[in-house]
Amino acid sequence: MFSKKKILKLGLGLGLLLGGQSWAASSALDKKVEQLQREIDALKGQIKENTEMLNETASAMEKGGGSYSKSLWDKLSIGGYGELHYNNLDGEGGASDKKEMDFHRFVLFFGYKYSDTIRFVSEFELEHAIAGESKNGEVELEQAYIDFNYSGAHHVKTGVFLMPVGIINETHEPPTFFGVERNPVEKNIIPATWWEGGVALNGDFPNSFSYDFALSSGLNTTSGKNYKIRDGRQKISNAEANDLAVTGRIKWNGVRGLELALTYQNQGDVTQGNDSTAGGADLIETHLIWMYRGFTLKALYASWDLDGTGPQAVGADEQKGFYIEPSYHINEQFGIFARFNQYDNQAGDNTGSEKELLSIGFNYWPHEDVVLKFDIENQDNEGGQNQDGFNIGVGYQF
Amino acid sequence: MPIVWRIHFCLFFLFLPGKVEAASLQEYQNPKDFIQESFLTEVPKAKYIWIKSEVRKDVERILGHRYHQLRVRYWSKGPISTWILEEIGKEEYITFGVTINSGLVQNAKVLVYREIRGGEIVRKAFTHQFLNSKINSKHKLNVRIHGISGATLSVRAMTKIVRMALYLDQVIQKKS
Repeated sequence: MFSKKKILKLGLGLGLLLGGQSWAASSALDKKVEQLQREIDALKGQIKENTEMLNETASAMEKGGGSYSKSLWDKLSIGGYGELHYNNLDGEGGASDKKEMDFHRFVLFFGYKYSDTIRFVSEFELEHAIAGESKNGEVELEQAYIDFNYSGAHHVKTGVFLMPVGIINETHEPPTFFGVERNPVEKNIIPATWWEGGVALNGDFPNSFSYDFALSSGLNTTSGKNYKIRDGRQKISNAEANDLAVTGRIKWNGVRGLELALTYQNQGDVTQGNDSTAGGADLIETHLIWMYRGFTLKALYASWDLDGTGPQAVGADEQKGFYIEPSYHINEQFGIFARFNQYDNQAGDNTGSEKELLSIGFNYWPHEDVVLKFDIENQDNEGGQNQDGFNIGVGYQF
Repeated sequence: MPIVWRIHFCLFFLFLPGKVEAASLQEYQNPKDFIQESFLTEVPKAKYIWIKSEVRKDVERILGHRYHQLRVRYWSKGPISTWILEEIGKEEYITFGVTINSGLVQNAKVLVYREIRGGEIVRKAFTHQFLNSKINSKHKLNVRIHGISGATLSVRAMTKIVRMALYLDQVIQKKS
């Protein structure tokens, strides 16, 4: 049998052994914790470093990485628009039918940014799909100018540019207006699209108005075309420049949704000195655009006053017209409109040359830059030579 | 050329600037000043929101095109967040400042305008339309914005940016 002494010794020994084991386990745990802490610290450092690297990478990528191709594309800009029209009009009173399909305009914009303040802008257009001898179409350079942003919102440009007049002359991408065809008043009276070569100043004063002032090449009308303004466009193709034109416009957008504009132009001689019976001319154009919620009202009046006995003899000393267009956007994709146009390129006499056109239709935008159009048109020309029917169109911009 | 036109020419060039200045000056307000204006007291430290997964999908849906930024910097304190965002009008980036307070637009401005045309969008008559607007579950504004003829693309850019700021504010407010 074990004596008490032996038992005590044994217990003590066992206690020491167990105690030692527990101490050893605790020490191992501490070591483990320390090791984990070191790993956590290392991971924290790694995460911090990774985050910094990620931010640096993001910054570098957002700045463009300095690659050549990126910087080139930063400077170049390309855009365009186009429109296909289908006209189905029946002639009456001696007027012919018009049943045709036409890719009316295919336009490309190219721009180049030399610096933050010096830029090149161009617009190259193919009209009626094919150009050449005995073809219907034309290839036209409608804009090609250098713009200098010389101070704040003030620019000077020189080259070929669109005249600062009317509503559609400078902004005529198909998704921006109602009606398959552009309105005939701006086309025949202003005459849109109208571009000239020269130099122009334009600018904007915040919360008040914007202005344009241009010194440009002029028109060259002829008695053979009854001094019709539209036929006087020289399109900057070896354009005669004996007599220039000055244009000024002031535009006010001081109230929400409202634009009021007034343009005045003086032509030195609308025949460029080729017709001694004609002379100078003045254009006055004014328009209003009022947008309230989905409702828009556009109204425009334009009037030419030509000097000389030549224009007076055929009533072309006065060429004028107006249109009024209420429209309503039912939602972002669908809008309806009506437009009443009246114009006369020989308003100076009583020959009955006044023309009226009423269009009613809709635009559907499946995408904000793509539009499908439909309208019904009804003409009321003096002499009863009318073309009535409908038009369908598709247009785009990018 | 008749003498009157020569005079016109001379007068015209008198108005031209001596030299074109080096930097674009169409800065209507410095972004730093806009941020300062949004917070009555000290401006909080800038934070980033990463444009990834669902957030990227929503942002690109709002803008209608791919978004090249990986993250967006913002300044936020309580219910207020301020955003400096850029979007192309026709050819150039326009810099906008948008401040959101409790899910509503508190301030929205064009800070830098670089396009040649369409500058009418800087007018208060236009930008004030966005004040107090908010977005619905489809990220559309609850107000109908009156456009500006001839500045369609700039108007569209600002409308998208205001929607994007309202959306990003919702994302950061949910996280916090």
